[in-house]
Amino acid sequence: MTSKNWLAQALSQALTKPLTHLVNLDQPLDFEGYVQAGGYIGATKALTQLTPKEVLAIVSDSGLKGRGGAGFPTGMKWSCVPALQEQSNQAQPSYLICNGDEMEPGTFKDRYLLEGVPQQLIEAMIIASYTISADKAFLFLRGEYQLAATRLQQAIDQAYENNWLGKNIQGTNYQLDLYLHTSAGRYICGEETALINALEGKRAIPRAKPPFPQVSGLFGKPTVVNNVETLSNLPHILKHGSQWFKDLSPHSDPGTKMYSACGQVKNPGVWELPMGVTIRELLYDYAGGMKEGVKLKGLLPGGASTDFLVEQHLDTPMDFDSIAKAGSRLGTGGLIVLDDKHCPVAMVLNLLRFFAQESCGWCTPCRDGTPWAVEILTRIEQGKGSLADMAQLADLCDFMWLGKTHCALAPGAVEPLKSAMRYFKDDFEQHIELGCCPYQSNSNEQQQESQGVQPELAKRVTAGVNQGGENDE
Amino acid sequence: MNNSDFSLQPRIPSIMVTDEEIDFRQYLSATELSVIEHEVSIMETREAAGIEALKIVQKYRGWISDDSLIAIAQCLQMSSAQLEGVATFYNLIYRQKVGHYVIHLCDSISCHLTGYDEILKVIQTYLGIGYGQTTPDGEFTLLSNVCLGSCDKSPAMMINGQHYHSLTNESVVSILNGLSKNAGDIV
Ligand SMILES: Cc1cc2nc3c(=O)[nH]c(=O)nc-3n(C[C@H](O)[C@H](O)[C@H](O)COP(=O)(O)O)c2cc1C
Ligand code: SF4
Ligand code: FES
Repeated sequence: MTSKNWLAQALSQALTKPLTHLVNLDQPLDFEGYVQAGGYIGATKALTQLTPKEVLAIVSDSGLKGRGGAGFPTGMKWSCVPALQEQSNQAQPSYLICNGDEMEPGTFKDRYLLEGVPQQLIEAMIIASYTISADKAFLFLRGEYQLAATRLQQAIDQAYENNWLGKNIQGTNYQLDLYLHTSAGRYICGEETALINALEGKRAIPRAKPPFPQVSGLFGKPTVVNNVETLSNLPHILKHGSQWFKDLSPHSDPGTKMYSACGQVKNPGVWELPMGVTIRELLYDYAGGMKEGVKLKGLLPGGASTDFLVEQHLDTPMDFDSIAKAGSRLGTGGLIVLDDKHCPVAMVLNLLRFFAQESCGWCTPCRDGTPWAVEILTRIEQGKGSLADMAQLADLCDFMWLGKTHCALAPGAVEPLKSAMRYFKDDFEQHIELGCCPYQSNSNEQQQESQGVQPELAKRVTAGVNQGGENDE
Repeated sequence: MNNSDFSLQPRIPSIMVTDEEIDFRQYLSATELSVIEHEVSIMETREAAGIEALKIVQKYRGWISDDSLIAIAQCLQMSSAQLEGVATFYNLIYRQKVGHYVIHLCDSISCHLTGYDEILKVIQTYLGIGYGQTTPDGEFTLLSNVCLGSCDKSPAMMINGQHYHSLTNESVVSILNGLSKNAGDIV
């Protein structure tokens, strides 16, 4: 396709696929191309025609909810920043942080936007920074996304060259500096207060809340942390209005959503769809259904830290409320699909090993509970488990549940574990009764155990080069 | 340093490097220093540049030795113990010498469901090493990695920042063959 055709095709979807219509993974638009395709209209409107409070009103009215996992209303989050509170005119400047850590297993939606249309995120960050009166913004990107890093840095440089960053942006007296920070790798960096510690050059351990970052965040200043996808909606909301955004979805949650599917499906991938498509549509119409010869066993609807759903939930709309009612969370909107040929116990063991390895170690239930769960699950998977182990796992789920830890990593680990024990109880019990794994596939979860997953080491499971020193502290 | 290096045995004093023996101005290159100082100028504290400093030094030297750690800590006016806490926290900072090529094989859930265990076996057989080890010729180090964001094209791995996906037993061998040929050429 010539670039003209490509652009015409892209623009025809501007109103229905706002986030992705300009995505080009081979060669993303540069600044000029992006402006020609309608870029920076939203930012121009915000900076030259609206006050920060007016932008906030539009975003609040749009009903945009955070796409980082928790679904917190973006307008409400921003409104807690002192600069936007009614009483304060002379509040200190704040920081904006874009959360591009995306290390949740089974999640790759932000990568698509970061690599495919980097200019859009820079425009979005300018709008958000202006609204919360930030004079510095950081784009926190996971270290492994090196192609995205190169493209984003180019987009930032071009924004500086074209007076969209720096002093007196577009002739206004608004000033903003934007920096790209690439992480050195650790899942917990995605938790917003841990991310702030990482940016301060510390170990990425979450902070106790309150105070919330909007009041005291990076270097003690008011700070807003938003996900890549959340922010990427802003240029379009500003350009087309909040009513348009609400009309994008027939459901109560407005807008479109980046959905994805991976695992045992025919056509894994990522798609921007109206918020609230059903799991069935996503699984069969977009992901092409199950791979040849296998049947659906269960799925995680929104990344590794969400509860399993099964066949009976297929007609649930993938929006925050509906998925919650079905007993899980929308999370990141990424389906991870399990088939009937893979062992659910081995799957949960893989997930729990991830959480045990990535736990920051601050809270006892998480630091000790996740490796303990790994130890028990390993035993069960190997056919050496007992029914008492099941009871112990259930207890651990309680110990690690919401309110007992400083951040949501531990409850996030409980979600797939607890729901698996409920929906796949028979499989767990079969392992115990037969004394072996009834599925012959994926023996890797057993094999690795012999390489030294000890409960006390499981925190950094694969001992070696990059994991040294942890036990010294 | 792996866990055994942190056993109860104290280090032998004669080879122990003390902070005073290193002058960071001489130890760090002009490029390294300028990147670190640029980062410092953005941040509100010097220590906030720590992660960036570790990354830039690792980029040029391959890994973070005790000497590098001490030099960076001095440069940032923080204690080397504090910086060690930071360095060991992050997965992509190497505190032990690694090979020319560092293989990060994804072992998270999508790659689990699509069979990374097979790929792991192929790599281990080809190189004769396990996780955390380096081949005797110093060319390859094998590490695991959490989800690389290629779950729609799993199994996936990353070698020196380059991503490879949709791995098969055959493709992984040809990738390793290609790299082995270059071995020794890279600076
Ligand atoms: C362990 C953990 C990891 C997280 N990882 C990410 C992440 O990689 N990206 C992200 O946007 N949010 C992540 N979050 C959620 C953030 O803490 C935060 O809620 C989010 O960035 C807010 O953005 P939003 O309001 O735009 O959704 C994580 C949370 C936890 C507890
Ligand atoms: S729940 Fe786990 S990851 Fe979160 S703060 Fe506590 S120990 Fe750290
Ligand atoms: S699980 Fe391996 S790339 Fe996501």
